[in-house]
Amino acid sequence: MDDVRTVPNTSRRFVDILHERPEVILSILLFIVLIGGWELVVRVFDVPKIIVPAPSAVIVSLIDGLRSPNFLYHFWVTFFETMVGFGLGASIGLLLGGIIGQFPLLERTLYPYVVAFQTIPKVAVAPIIVIWFGYGISSKVVITATIAFFPVLANTIVGLRATPLDQLELLVAYTANRWQTFWKVKVPQALPYIFVGLDVAIVLAVIGAIVGEFVGAQAGLGYLIMQRNFSMDMAGTFAILVVLSIMGMALHGIMQMIQRRIVFWMEPAEDRVMGA
Amino acid sequence: MTATIARVERRYAPPPFNPTVSADGEVLIEINGLNKIYHGRDGAAIHALSGINLSVADGEFVTIVGPSGCGKSTLLKILTGTLRKTAGRITIRDREIDGPSRDLGIVFQAPVLLPWRTILENVMLPIEVQRLDAPKFRERARALLRLVGLQGFEDKYPGELSGGMQQRVGICRALVHDPALLLMDEPFGALDAMTREQMNLELLRIWQENRKTVMLVTHSIPEAVFLADRVVVMSPRPGRITDVIEVDLPRPRALSMINSTAFGHYVEIIRTHFTASGGID
Ligand SMILES: Nc1ncnc2c1ncn2[C@@H]1O[C@H](COP(=O)(O)OP(=O)(O)O)[C@@H](O)[C@H]1O
Ligand SMILES: [Mg+2]
Repeated sequence: MDDVRTVPNTSRRFVDILHERPEVILSILLFIVLIGGWELVVRVFDVPKIIVPAPSAVIVSLIDGLRSPNFLYHFWVTFFETMVGFGLGASIGLLLGGIIGQFPLLERTLYPYVVAFQTIPKVAVAPIIVIWFGYGISSKVVITATIAFFPVLANTIVGLRATPLDQLELLVAYTANRWQTFWKVKVPQALPYIFVGLDVAIVLAVIGAIVGEFVGAQAGLGYLIMQRNFSMDMAGTFAILVVLSIMGMALHGIMQMIQRRIVFWMEPAEDRVMGA
Repeated sequence: MTATIARVERRYAPPPFNPTVSADGEVLIEINGLNKIYHGRDGAAIHALSGINLSVADGEFVTIVGPSGCGKSTLLKILTGTLRKTAGRITIRDREIDGPSRDLGIVFQAPVLLPWRTILENVMLPIEVQRLDAPKFRERARALLRLVGLQGFEDKYPGELSGGMQQRVGICRALVHDPALLLMDEPFGALDAMTREQMNLELLRIWQENRKTVMLVTHSIPEAVFLADRVVVMSPRPGRITDVIEVDLPRPRALSMINSTAFGHYVEIIRTHFTASGGID
């Protein structure tokens, strides 16, 4: 921060960034080119706005939306469903993963069921959940939780197995009991994996909430997309996509930040277990 | 320098050993008829240790040499309690042990530090696990770190230390709870020759001040002679003790002794064991 402020020449600063992180500049340039090209194509060829809206129209709709309490209400509903569903799914995933990871027999017994559960497309189950839990928020929370649950569970189990043998032997040799071994080495070793799971889960949670709202809802951005689509408000639909994408990126960014804080001793794990 | 460290060490450390419990020459650990048979994947039995008998006196420094695969690590793992023996009896101060024991300090070839713990927290691990009086032993941990020249590194993380420094931390961790017996499996095997000599001298200094009983595995014959009161020579297939050699060199040992004829004589005796059986790695 400070050194940026002490550099007086803006063009020099630009050159510095270009040298150190050329991808940042390139990404921004690409963004400008794409959006500009899109705007140009829509204007030059006079594309009907009910098919593809111009970026400028999307921005106008976005600003209108952010000013309207109605839009904000739908936003908060989706955000709430996402966070509560994520919290619920991740907690169950962590707890179950922690228990399963401790008992190999339990893992072998339960894992086929967990995999079977995972192979069922949650989107296909969503209508059933809506019938069970109603058109309100709770059905969306449940759908989100079922989607967020698996990556956390799978990564927790894998992570708890990742402790190197010499660390386990160290603890055992110093007369550690199971409980101590679990908390003092297995859990710290599992953390990088768990965060990979949480990161995947939080992004999937947004999808879960939207899918739930598509199936049947009275509020939320997914509900609003359906409504705007119905009234052929393309710019409005795109504006919601922008909001959702920003929400997803922000949640991902926050998760990465927390991870870097907690798992400070290492880079994020590469061998991630995905799930959707 | 050394003198002040020693004084600090004595002030904080519990007495090295209680003379009423064990006088000089009293047996600390006794191994009788120890056997270990591994069962490989194909079901074939591997006789890793065969009829091991050894007793080590309190305060004695014993080194174990032998070619790769003669069962040195197996022997130490059984003593640490992380590996089950097939037959035999092990007693420490006349109490039979079968499993991990609180009275041991262990140093492996790799430092095995936990990267999320600071250096001090790593050294304190045995204290935490054994629920000993943390504030009291924290002072001892700091004193030990000073003793190995790591003062100022207490709050650093293992990733910030060199291999030699990490191994020193491992030694402090092995000594922090003041165990009767220190078990070391090729503790300096991963270090370069210079650091290794340095660590040998340091280890002897620590041993001199703490008067622990040490069993150290190495496959360097000169290292075995340099450190030991007695060198245990092992040979493979099946792993057994083929000779035990008393090293009657004066203490404290100095690096210059390595060039003495007496030293060369000991090295020669041990080497003949291996030239007959196919050499040492
Ligand atoms: N877990 C194991 N399973 C089967 N065989 C083993 C195992 N560990 C060691 N061995 C065998 O036991 C013998 C002794 O091994 P080890 O104690 O590691 O020897 P050293 O430490 O002297 O090199 C070797 O032949 C080795 O292959
Ligand atoms: Mg070995």
